[in-house]
Amino acid sequence: MSFWTIFWLVMAGLYFLVPLYSTLEFSLETGQHQYGLKWYGQIFADPAFRSSFLFSLRLSVETVIIGLLLMVPTIYWVHLRLPRLRPVMDVISILPFVVPPVALVVGLAGAFNAMPWLLSSSQILAFAYVIQALPFTYRSLDAGMRAIDVRTLTEASQSCGAPTWKTLVFVILPNIRTAMLGGAFLTLAIVMGEYTISSLLLFQTFAVYMQYVGETQAQPAAALAIISFGLTWGAMMGLFLLSRRRGGGRGAPVAVSR
Amino acid sequence: MATLDLKGIRKVFGSTVALEELSLSVGSGELVSLLGPSGCGKTTALRIVAGFEAPTTGDLLVDGEDFVGVPASKRNMGMVFQAYSLFPNMTARQNVEFGMRMRKVARDKCRARAEELLGLVGLAERVSNYPHELSGGQQQRVALARALAIEPAILLLDEPLSALDAKVRVDLRQQIRRVQTRLGITTLYVTHDQEEALSISDRIAVMSDGNLEQIGAPADIYRSPRTEFVANFVGLMNGFEGSLQAADTVVLGAAQRPIRVNDAAGVTVGDKVLVLIRPESVQLEELADGASAPEGVIEGKVLMHTFLGSVTRVSLSSDLGDLVADVPSIRALTMPPDTRVAVRVDPVGVRMLKR
Repeated sequence: MSFWTIFWLVMAGLYFLVPLYSTLEFSLETGQHQYGLKWYGQIFADPAFRSSFLFSLRLSVETVIIGLLLMVPTIYWVHLRLPRLRPVMDVISILPFVVPPVALVVGLAGAFNAMPWLLSSSQILAFAYVIQALPFTYRSLDAGMRAIDVRTLTEASQSCGAPTWKTLVFVILPNIRTAMLGGAFLTLAIVMGEYTISSLLLFQTFAVYMQYVGETQAQPAAALAIISFGLTWGAMMGLFLLSRRRGGGRGAPVAVSR
Repeated sequence: MATLDLKGIRKVFGSTVALEELSLSVGSGELVSLLGPSGCGKTTALRIVAGFEAPTTGDLLVDGEDFVGVPASKRNMGMVFQAYSLFPNMTARQNVEFGMRMRKVARDKCRARAEELLGLVGLAERVSNYPHELSGGQQQRVALARALAIEPAILLLDEPLSALDAKVRVDLRQQIRRVQTRLGITTLYVTHDQEEALSISDRIAVMSDGNLEQIGAPADIYRSPRTEFVANFVGLMNGFEGSLQAADTVVLGAAQRPIRVNDAAGVTVGDKVLVLIRPESVQLEELADGASAPEGVIEGKVLMHTFLGSVTRVSLSSDLGDLVADVPSIRALTMPPDTRVAVRVDPVGVRMLKR
């Protein structure tokens, strides 16, 4: 590696690590040159932390499930039967980037005005998050489907006697597992950190709790930031390990002959 | 074993007619190849048989039973695809077992049958390998075993060898034929490779622009093409305009060169004809310096050689136009480019198509 390669690698590393190190040090500082886990203990002992974290985790799981149930069959069908719709799907999938969360909340409130029970239920958050996570879920799954020959695999499966649902479960899903996991973890990261929608709809999610702690207690807020970072990092490592653990792998078909 | 009948199958995609009233019968245990260039409709025909496309009109009968509208998953037809189609998440054995599992065959029977079939295609040692650990040829052999595992009524092969290199292609096509003959499975084989079709088939159906041009045994297709397209697509042909002068003589070109013919069936004296001559029926004899070809014999000049191993393809110019002759390579050495030659034609290798 050349000097400049090392130089820029170090610069990039410092750019990410210095703020993280500063936050970590601040979260561990309990007095003048004294360090401990006091603020972490305080955060973990706070019932609001546990309830908001578990609430957001539950919402994440619901969002992942609803998102995958909606998107996997849709994207599969588009790849299989309606490939000309892919550009349309691409555009639809980025709409959540264009529509601000505030507008989304106003829209949801208007659309579900006739169903106040839904608006007051936390379920509405999961539905809103499915929309928010759509760009990431769609792109991840779309990339996964592009990496396999969906049509040939489906036809091979059908010629073996498998109906469409068995083809999807036994052939397609195992081969887009990494893409599904990628979409799921991105969704998890988005939901765990989403603030605007939950705040406007008056739900006490993890992000709302973080914001509250950040406003009122500086060092516990730093500890919370580290915890949040650790959770995201853990999720990413989980994805990495799961994708490495694959039995057969599904690398590109070997084009050599023997 | 099943019989397959396509009756007046027509397929239209938008404004494109892919198949025009295709009618074709495949007998029990027979291997019929659909041979033609890209876009001739051969793969569309196969996909209609497999159930991946529905015909616009026409009937598809398997053992006399109408199969139009039957889902692909219920047709009991094994298929080997052009693209590598093994399920990447499964080992070779699991791939072969898949169809049996879908039919709820007991696990131990699935395993035994899969291992037997993988042994049959020479992959007994690779049962636990994943597709990405297998070469292209091995993957296609596993795909063949997978297609056979369901004991299909009809075996469908869609250019299964086209992605493989030449040596593997020859080995594998022999293996496919051996297995097909041994198991006696009715087979429809799609290929654009005439050599492959000629070597593997009981009968060949030559297709062009959605039409069936000719169907027959490989030797008949080669020796007696019924259309100019078949003559040009299957093997190499020299073609000349001419007219039948007598029951056994045709005259060629403006020079009115006479050549003998053995078979003038369907043509009457005076008819204008396209005369087709296989390169191996053209015989060359060097002419001495200053000598001319005997009266009534075509005279030509060697333009170039194409070495093909045991024979050399010699390109010639003559007063009839350009033509090619396949000459034993050892003979071709004596007639380098610019050699003047007398060109004689074996009457057995001459075909005529009425204009």
